[in-house]
Amino acid sequence: MAGRYYSEPGDKIVARDPVTVRRYAGWTRLNHWFTAATLILLALSGFALFTPSLFWLTGLFGGGQATRWVHPFIGIGLFFSFMLLFVQLVRLNILRREDLVWLRNLDDLVKGQEHNLPELGKYNFGQKTVFWAMFFLIVILIVSGVMMWYQFFPDLVSVETRRIAIWVHSISAVLIMLTLILHIFAALWTRGTLSAMTRGTVSGGWAWRHHRKWLRELAGRQGSDTAK
Amino acid sequence: MTLGANESPRTAVANPPVQPVQGNLGQHNVVRSSAGGPVAENPVALPAVAKLIDVSKCIGCKACQTACVEWNDTHPDIGVNVGIYENPLDLTPDMFTLMRFAEYDNPETGDFEWLIRKDGCMHCADPGCLTACPAPGAIVQYSNGIVDFIHENCIGCGYCISGCPFDIPRLSQVDHTVYKCTLCSDRVAVGQGPACAKACPTQAIVFGTKDDMKTYAEERIEDLKSRGYENAGLYDPQGVNGTHVMYVLHHADKPGIYNDLPEDPKIAGVVQNWKGPTKTVGLAAIGLAAVGSVVMGLFSRSEVAPEDEQRAEDMVDRAADPAASGREQA
Repeated sequence: MAGRYYSEPGDKIVARDPVTVRRYAGWTRLNHWFTAATLILLALSGFALFTPSLFWLTGLFGGGQATRWVHPFIGIGLFFSFMLLFVQLVRLNILRREDLVWLRNLDDLVKGQEHNLPELGKYNFGQKTVFWAMFFLIVILIVSGVMMWYQFFPDLVSVETRRIAIWVHSISAVLIMLTLILHIFAALWTRGTLSAMTRGTVSGGWAWRHHRKWLRELAGRQGSDTAK
Repeated sequence: MTLGANESPRTAVANPPVQPVQGNLGQHNVVRSSAGGPVAENPVALPAVAKLIDVSKCIGCKACQTACVEWNDTHPDIGVNVGIYENPLDLTPDMFTLMRFAEYDNPETGDFEWLIRKDGCMHCADPGCLTACPAPGAIVQYSNGIVDFIHENCIGCGYCISGCPFDIPRLSQVDHTVYKCTLCSDRVAVGQGPACAKACPTQAIVFGTKDDMKTYAEERIEDLKSRGYENAGLYDPQGVNGTHVMYVLHHADKPGIYNDLPEDPKIAGVVQNWKGPTKTVGLAAIGLAAVGSVVMGLFSRSEVAPEDEQRAEDMVDRAADPAASGREQA
């Protein structure tokens, strides 16, 4: 039986009429939504400390002191939760040659002429970009965040280094917000995507249109999926 | 001495007024407040005050430290003698001022000099702590120049510690707010000079209006120059628009020899960038991206066509039954 080059164990055709494809297992979805929840809480508490005009958001967390206290702990939650997601998804998020061809013809995607784009595995260039941007930004945020965690690490770095850490933390936070907006936008703009993270499945048409190599591999593996 | 409501004490030596005095430092005289906190609408323009510390007159007795602890009712931990004069070893949330001792071998004269500098908040005219603070109203500046921390608004993040060019504020692990010298704002408000200046036995610490203190410093500098300290001068660094705590230094050309007093202190570039362009550009970018994606989402979308579903079905069926698909193709 064919090996897995474009799919993860657990990805399979679950129905043939109409075709329905399992994309994410239940615990991967739980992992994703936990990560999402922490990121949103971090955004709300982080925005409150980033700009005075949003300081009122501290009210959601029980005041300024509580916001300051809880933000880094949620950050640790995000870090470990994302890393768990990372090890599950990293293999199919490594860039491939066809991703660059896809990127060069991005305008065809926007124009709805997706047939001009190369056939793809489980992820396209945009999805991979979000994945890697999240990874690097979360690593930068956790490292700079610990440096500025004054309550527990007052003497970890010099004042000069901490100033740079705070600056880097704020820039990375802006970038991760942009990444998050891109992620949410792409998931909603591309109709049929959201069910992958809610019910865990996508329609065959969605898979055929956006991730054909992935679908073909799963089609070829029918019958063997229960065994492996 | 009687003091009007809008006056500041001109000295710490005179005995305080005995009649009841209305305090003149409060919200009604706040001219700057951290993170867009409330400022007074019509602040009374109090004369700028300053504490002048004449390092050449200091004998290192630490009466100022004791007076500071006593007035502010702090309780520093009992220290350990590690063989140096500093006690405690550094500023703490319970020790707002600290005598720092430096042994200086003057290469020009061959003299050994004991340089004793009273460290503490400099009360910058352009305070880095206030710039960095994210909590509205946690750090304020009064119209007489005093920079004060309002503890009930402090959230304990420590940003002020990174913002300060002099490394002064200290975070308390007891109540998780940050402490520093208040320039005895609670004393100055009612016509008294700071406790440290009051206690200083050699009047190395004097207090008054900033103008008076500059005039007085001139005399001291002239005297020091006449005694061979040709580089004597006033430390009132302009990088932070001047300070409301100033030093007379015998070697004003080398502030670094006084336990690393900064040569040209100013709010660090990264702090200004963080609080300036990073914030404005960052928020604008996030706002644009959010609005832009909503607009694009309204005008376009990527939809799966019914034919796509059919093709997927064909692909799956062919794969499941290659023989059947072979017949179809033939």
